[in-house]
Amino acid sequence: MLASAVGASPSEVVFTSGGSEADSIALIGGMAARQAEGRVRCLVSAIEHPAVLGMTGRGAEVLPVTREGIVDVGAAVTAIDADVGVVSIMAVNNETGICQPMEDIRRAARARGAWLHTDAVQALGHVPIDFRSSGLDMMTLSAHKAGGPVGIGALLVRRSVAPSMVGLGGGQERDIRSGTGAVALAASFAAAAHEATAGLAEESARLSAMQAQITAASRELDGDVNSDLAESAPHITNVTFRGVRANDVLFLLDQRGVFASVGSACRAGVHQPSEVLLAMGRTPDEAAATLRFSTGHSTTDADVDRFLEVLPLAVRQARNAF
Amino acid sequence: MRVLAAMSGGVDSAVAAARMVAAGHEVTGVHLALSKNPQSYRTGARGCCSLEDSHDARRAADVLDIPFYVWDFAAEFQEQVVDDFVEEYRAGRTPNPCLKCNEKIKFAAVLERGLALGFDAVATGHYARLVEGEDGTELHRAVDPEKDQSYVLGVLSQKQLRHSLFPLAETPKTEVRAEAERLGLAVAKKPDSHDICFIPDGDTQGFLSRYLGEEPGDIVNAEGVTLGMHHGSHNFTVGQRKGLDLKIPAPNGEPRYVLRIEPVNNTVVVGGREDLRVRVMRGIRPTWTQGPIEGPWRGKAQYRAHGTPMDATISLANGELLVELDDDASGVAPGQSVVVFDGDRVVGSATIDDAR
Repeated sequence: MLASAVGASPSEVVFTSGGSEADSIALIGGMAARQAEGRVRCLVSAIEHPAVLGMTGRGAEVLPVTREGIVDVGAAVTAIDADVGVVSIMAVNNETGICQPMEDIRRAARARGAWLHTDAVQALGHVPIDFRSSGLDMMTLSAHKAGGPVGIGALLVRRSVAPSMVGLGGGQERDIRSGTGAVALAASFAAAAHEATAGLAEESARLSAMQAQITAASRELDGDVNSDLAESAPHITNVTFRGVRANDVLFLLDQRGVFASVGSACRAGVHQPSEVLLAMGRTPDEAAATLRFSTGHSTTDADVDRFLEVLPLAVRQARNAF
Repeated sequence: MRVLAAMSGGVDSAVAAARMVAAGHEVTGVHLALSKNPQSYRTGARGCCSLEDSHDARRAADVLDIPFYVWDFAAEFQEQVVDDFVEEYRAGRTPNPCLKCNEKIKFAAVLERGLALGFDAVATGHYARLVEGEDGTELHRAVDPEKDQSYVLGVLSQKQLRHSLFPLAETPKTEVRAEAERLGLAVAKKPDSHDICFIPDGDTQGFLSRYLGEEPGDIVNAEGVTLGMHHGSHNFTVGQRKGLDLKIPAPNGEPRYVLRIEPVNNTVVVGGREDLRVRVMRGIRPTWTQGPIEGPWRGKAQYRAHGTPMDATISLANGELLVELDDDASGVAPGQSVVVFDGDRVVGSATIDDAR
């Protein structure tokens, strides 16, 4: 059962096709329900996943983030008034790994009756999750980020919270989501979530040690480590190497069997400057020189050793090619 | 060798990459994203830098089992090729953007980046032959005269040629398609690209109008007598007959052609066919495949991608290329490139500044 792995009750779990659908239901369905009550404003942070940030196309307002990649709590608290229907702040940023502070925003949302949603896709299996004690109204999860199969996710929804259905259908999932339940996928998701959360403390310590090594090695190469500017999840290290095209470093690492990422999504195979880094006040050139190194349950010490061996070569060659 | 195969998404570059793999090289495929809006899908079959082409290239790399990357050269392409194309028209000239792309992007920016990242050469699907001669790498016409692309490669320098590979040099196009079919490449029947890749609908005038707008001016004859009006001199090129819409017929009743464009006073000058004839072309910014030749020497000159090479006496004077043709040429526009050949061998190129 998924619910017990994340501190929720079974009736709070709405299975979806993945994180993007869960976000869409929370934002679009959430606002549809709130607008009926006269709450017309929606607030999202500037560093959200496109499945949340896309709500700006439907009138959502953007909350700024600091240079450290943390949502500006003061601005958020000030912005939340009695007209706000849904606020969405991600738990762990997918590019920087920075954990977002929720408590003050949660209090403000609760006091003014706004629903608070968090996209916790990057948190599952990497930082502790307890939906009940979090006091959040909605939470997005995805199986494949915790070692489960691609094709299933969930929106955790408190009993007193009822976003409207976004798609047509029989409303099989609490009248929030329709479609025949994907039982095999749900069972796999639950198994993966239990596996990922059971050994979380040890796994987190193991990945943290790797992160410390990668951070130190990056600094030796004059890298600016963005994931180290605030409290971050242990599985993501985000570094700006001045004087490189991040794509060249990616390419050179790839040729040596190391698969990294430049952070942002690609469009037609072309990486666009990271919206997250731009929102953090970085220039397009700085964003284009930034890479994301991720580790996970399958990463071994030998993998990290190999990576640390080839990283200096790749960064130096990319600087020469710049 | 470590070979970077430039894969446009077409059949030629896919087969070129396949041949490099078969020859035992360590091949990496790279598709150049040249458009700022790669989402655009081809409506006809004319472009070469759409999202669909990028997917075609990726699928071909997958069949060949080689690593594949997309390199973003959209900003460089816009600046060096598209903006230059527009500015040349604004100045009353007729540029060839394919040569510019080969000179500045494909065999410059891409090659440099490839070399810096550890590759030895760039392979493309161009139809031209490279021959190792006494004075370095020679560029020759392809075996298939219908597909020969030595003209658009005429701007390449010795350094660029030394690091280039054209695996289709000896092969007719029909054989290339048959080979693609045998290899299981889905692009085997994909139509050839034509025209200018960043103007996929083929409407060059419409494209230019978006940048240059409407700027009405006079159409005059060689004596300066106004015969009509135009909506923008970028709609015309030397030798053009259509679209002049002149109400006053020529005294001899013969059709009239654009003789030249005078950007300073925004005037299009027209005249009879005989006035289009030229014998001498003066070219600026000469390039050499193997080094400058003072001359004069006897060779052939070609001033259009699919034009017939013409016998000429060629020399270099004051840094400019002088091409004296044996016979009359017609419709030579400033901005066009003239490529000079010694037999089948490309010697160099220049941008035509004037012809008379």
